[in-house]
Amino acid sequence: MSPDAPGQRPARPPLLEVTDLFVSYGAIAALKGVTLSVGQGEVVALIGANGAGKTSTLRAVSGLVKPVKGAITFRGAPLTGLKANQVVAKGLAHAPEGRGIFPNLTVQENLDLGAWLRTDGDAIASDLERCFSLFPRLKERRDQLAGTLSGGEQQMLAISRALMSRPALLLLDEPSLGLAPQVTQTIFRILRDVNAAGMSILLVEQNAHLALGLAHWAYVLETGALVLQGTGADLLASEDIRKAYLGE
Amino acid sequence: MKSFLPVLAALTVLAVLQLVLGSSEYFVYLASLVGVNVVLAVSLNVINGMTGQFSIGHAGFMAVGAYVAGTTSLLLKDDQLSFLPPAMSDQLFLLLALLLGGAAAGAFGFLVGLPSLRLRGDYLAIVTLGFGEIIRVVIQNSDGLSKSLAALPGLAPVGRFVGQFGGALGVSGVPQRSTFFMVWFWVFVLVLLARRLSDSSHGRWLKAIREDEVAAEAMGVDTTSYKVRAFVVSSFFAGIAGGLFAHFVPIINPGSFTFVKSMEVVVMIVAGGLGSTTGAIVAAVFLTLLPEGLRSLFLKLGGGDASLAQKVDQVRMPIYGMLLVVIMLTRSQGLFGTHEAWDLWARRKRAGAKA
Repeated sequence: MSPDAPGQRPARPPLLEVTDLFVSYGAIAALKGVTLSVGQGEVVALIGANGAGKTSTLRAVSGLVKPVKGAITFRGAPLTGLKANQVVAKGLAHAPEGRGIFPNLTVQENLDLGAWLRTDGDAIASDLERCFSLFPRLKERRDQLAGTLSGGEQQMLAISRALMSRPALLLLDEPSLGLAPQVTQTIFRILRDVNAAGMSILLVEQNAHLALGLAHWAYVLETGALVLQGTGADLLASEDIRKAYLGE
Repeated sequence: MKSFLPVLAALTVLAVLQLVLGSSEYFVYLASLVGVNVVLAVSLNVINGMTGQFSIGHAGFMAVGAYVAGTTSLLLKDDQLSFLPPAMSDQLFLLLALLLGGAAAGAFGFLVGLPSLRLRGDYLAIVTLGFGEIIRVVIQNSDGLSKSLAALPGLAPVGRFVGQFGGALGVSGVPQRSTFFMVWFWVFVLVLLARRLSDSSHGRWLKAIREDEVAAEAMGVDTTSYKVRAFVVSSFFAGIAGGLFAHFVPIINPGSFTFVKSMEVVVMIVAGGLGSTTGAIVAAVFLTLLPEGLRSLFLKLGGGDASLAQKVDQVRMPIYGMLLVVIMLTRSQGLFGTHEAWDLWARRKRAGAKA
């Protein structure tokens, strides 16, 4: 899919750089020295089996867990040691695994919460319209309680809510989790549009096929360490990957 | 200007009721008891219902307010503002005592909330329960405490103040200045605040914390700070309720602020529907009047024999317990769920505008 030559990662201004990241939960080491980067305007996918450390990487980046060791820099400034709410203020939005929408608030209220750090009322209104044009279903259901939406709609809401903070980088954790294949297709098509409009995305996904189809660059994690990286297209073509993650 | 009209209307209604019914002692006593419980329930609902943090030590904050406000009034009982009529001056002193009591309870709320609101669920409940009991036990032993405080340099006035608490015997002789108007004025203030809060962006952040704390944090909400704020507001009003209580009961002692009192308030908000101010009000009114109603019923059943009626207080907790079980089985979200009476009204208005 990538228009660039196979195997090459085109040089882009760096947005997020993670260096030698270690994360532990008690005595259990979840990440053992992960180094990765996301460039401006790039979609980077993190794939791997259950427990490989994909979610831990995202949680460390967004400040939800404290890394034991390692550096995280975002737009050249260190993120390490900041709390989750401070990280959001730096321009990172996290759509957590399991969607994490607020079920007893309306769709509209969920979206308002996404923009809660912003004060630019007019721009918020236009971003809201943009979200509604990306996901017309949400507009139809704006006064409905979010908990009554279908799984796919909830995922759309989670993505929209993250976009409402107008982030420089969008962190997505398992957007396909528990969704019908057709809905997943729709969501990935929209993610492609969002990226085409300039949004950088760091995507964690079990569905390696879809993730690699979308990603410019991808990393493969195995038990807390990186084992492989390459363009999405290259990894899709790789024999090992096909065997390990695509079930072929 | 528009928002001032309901306030003026409410104050007028309260003043008229005070004039008409203020002389009936039984009515004022019952209305005050109901009012205090409404304030307790609505304020606890801010932290338990809106923010979703399970606190079960509300009686502790009420005790702080009751003792600080009661003792303040006791010490200032002979003072008068000579340029005002005595009744007016009394009410001003009462207001001052209440604000002091509320502020003290709010300060305690901050001290307790700051470390403990990092805990979640059961752990927070245990800490708040423990706190409520600590307050009560400290007051029970206030005689020794006051001596120790008085011995410390610079803390002698605090020691004298605490010395008024009277240990297990409690404080008596607090001027009975509480009026129907003052109690329900605070009910009105708190309900107005709770309603405004729940419609405001602040309220929405609190609800976001209730719904999903991690997601709220991922949205950029500083969850600890907002939880502490909610806790401080909630304990401030519990302190006000305690202060009011101290000014219409003949004696306050640690026995009034036990775990049972905290549970009573929890039962009220759970029965009314966690997160619903309307529910908290309705349940507080009902559950306060219930024992009174039972008392007169038993009095009749016993043919005027008071011993049966006296037992009502003893069967109150089993009745509460059963009520809670029945509500949880039949309507687990409480009477009102998270709905409000005024939502219904707004919806009807919106439907009317569409038609």
